[in-house]
Parts: sequence; structure tokens; C-alpha cells
Amino acid sequence: MSKFKKKQGGGTPAISTASLPDIVFMLLFFFMVTTVMREVTLKVENTKPKATEIKKLERKSLVTYVYVGKPKDMYASQLGSEPVLQLDDAIARVNEIGNFVISAREEINEAERPLMTVSIKADENVKMGLITDIKQELRKANSLKINYSTRKGEVFGEER
Amino acid sequence: MKRNSSEINAGSMADIAFLLLIFFLVSTTMDVDQGITRKLSPWDDGLKPKSSPINQRNIFTVLLNSNNQLMVEGEQIGLADLRAKAKAFINNNGNGSCAYCTTGQELSTSSDHPEKAIISLQNDRLTAYESYVAVQNELAAAYTELRNELAMQRYGLSLDQVSDLQFNQVKKCYPLLISEAEPLSL
Repeated sequence: MSKFKKKQGGGTPAISTASLPDIVFMLLFFFMVTTVMREVTLKVENTKPKATEIKKLERKSLVTYVYVGKPKDMYASQLGSEPVLQLDDAIARVNEIGNFVISAREEINEAERPLMTVSIKADENVKMGLITDIKQELRKANSLKINYSTRKGEVFGEER
Repeated sequence: MKRNSSEINAGSMADIAFLLLIFFLVSTTMDVDQGITRKLSPWDDGLKPKSSPINQRNIFTVLLNSNNQLMVEGEQIGLADLRAKAKAFINNNGNGSCAYCTTGQELSTSSDHPEKAIISLQNDRLTAYESYVAVQNELAAAYTELRNELAMQRYGLSLDQVSDLQFNQVKKCYPLLISEAEPLSL
């Protein structure tokens, strides 16, 4: 009686995929740690101006955001086409900033309150009048650390 | 009697992990917040006594009008020239008291000392935010370049290589003083 001879594999043996889950898990943890969920839905257009002398904002918990820009097309029927202000998820008026900043400051640990920064995320086409009004309100609310949010890039672009 | 439990099949583990991975990949936003940090002056309610007037030569006037045109010290210039002009002004060393201003021109019409030099920035209500940020950026760049030169001269290192203590000393030599007046019609 002859035994069936097992076929001797000519090609390369199959690559073991046993370590694949480990690799994927490693990537997964990396993204889980680095991820930041978007907290607000932007209702305004927001193309930040370019600058080179920029600093990173280190502590996210100490930063409050103020968005400024023209309303997006889908909101244009309600809000018009003039630049508006967005605080959290809602469109606000300039004189509401004071209370907004003060209540944001209340949430911060008392020792760190002087480090609170207000980041002004304004669209590059906004006029300075609105920005100045915001700055005056921030001065009244005694929130003096501000940050003009920008993109990295040369300022000498199309116009000088 | 011992029941031999069969091994759990871990083959689908990779699929589950992939699913989660893709979810986090999609929802992640990698952008870091960055920008130009400035400090506002406290609200002035008119009660505080006026501080002593500043010598006019120590003030570097920058005006930005509604057409985004730049006027510096009474003459109209382009944005590209602002950095060099600001550097010359800050580093002028008018009364010869600044030991580290090696390139100062010592003009009598420009600033006495970097610690006394103040930049006065004024803009119109119709100035575009983009140009305002560009001007702020150029002024900050002028200071950064001067600080960098001083760091090279003192420590032989560029500004991002020096220690925190050295950085603060360099920063003290060239303090960034920008005064912003209320906007006017320019």
C-alpha cells in the first residue's frame, strides 16, 4: 500500500497574520490618544490669515474660542451676509462676549485663571471694526490674554 | 470530569480593531491651535492718572488705513519694508546707552534704547483683518530677528536653542511694546 505523499509546498509559506491585531491596536491607541473631537459646528466661514511668527497654544483647557466670519451659505437666509460672531454653537452679539468669557473663566481652576487665553478665530476678510469691538469687550471683561489664530504661511501672498 | 473548553477564535479581533481604527482616523483633527499671542491693555475708565508723556522719538507710528495701505513715521511704505524699518528703529540706540545694539545708527530722530522703543499701531475700522495680522506678524518678526541676533552674539546659539533663562534675558533686552490706539478714520 502506498501512502499518498503530501504535496511538498513549492512556494513560500503563508505569512503569519497573527501579529496583525497587535499592529492595528497600536495604531488604534495612537489615534485614540491624539484625537480631539470637534466641539462646535461652525456656522461661519473661517479661513484664517497667514503668519510666520506663531506660537502654539499649549493648554486646551485654558483656551476659550471666539469665531468671527461671514455666515455660511446655508445660514445666510437667517443671518445675512455681514460677518457675525459665534460663541460655542450659537451666533451671538458683541456685547454677549463679556458674560461668555466670565462664565468660561469661572469653570477654570482658580490658580490658573490668569493664564486663560481667548483665541480669536477670525476669517481673513473680516473688517477690523468688529475685531476692535471684540477686543474692547474683552478689555472690559478683564480678559487680557488673546491670541489671533492663524495658519502657518508667508504673509506676502497675492497683495501687499 | 474536566470539560475541555475550546479556544476562542481571535481571528475577528483584527476586524474589530480595524473598525475602531477607521472611526478614530475619520473623527480625528490633527490641527494644533497656533497664532499670534498679544496682551491687551486693561480697560481704562478714565480714573487712573495719566502717565508721563513719552518722548516722540521713542514712538514708531504705524498707521493702516481702510485700503490696507501702510504709513510708517509719516511716509507710505509697502509691507515688505516694514520689518527692516522697525528693526532700524528699535535698534537705533539714539543716546548711546545700549551696549548690545551693535548695528545701531544712533540717529537723533529715532529711539533712544530698545527698552524705551514703543510701537504705536493704529488701524481703521475698515482695515481687513488679514492685513492687520500681517502687520502684527512683521512687527513680531522684527523683534524675533533682533532677539535672535543678540542670542547669537551672546551665546552663539539661535533663539530656539538657548535655555529658558537665556531666552528671558534676551527677551528683556528687546521687550515687545505695542500700543494700540482706538481706531480712527484714516
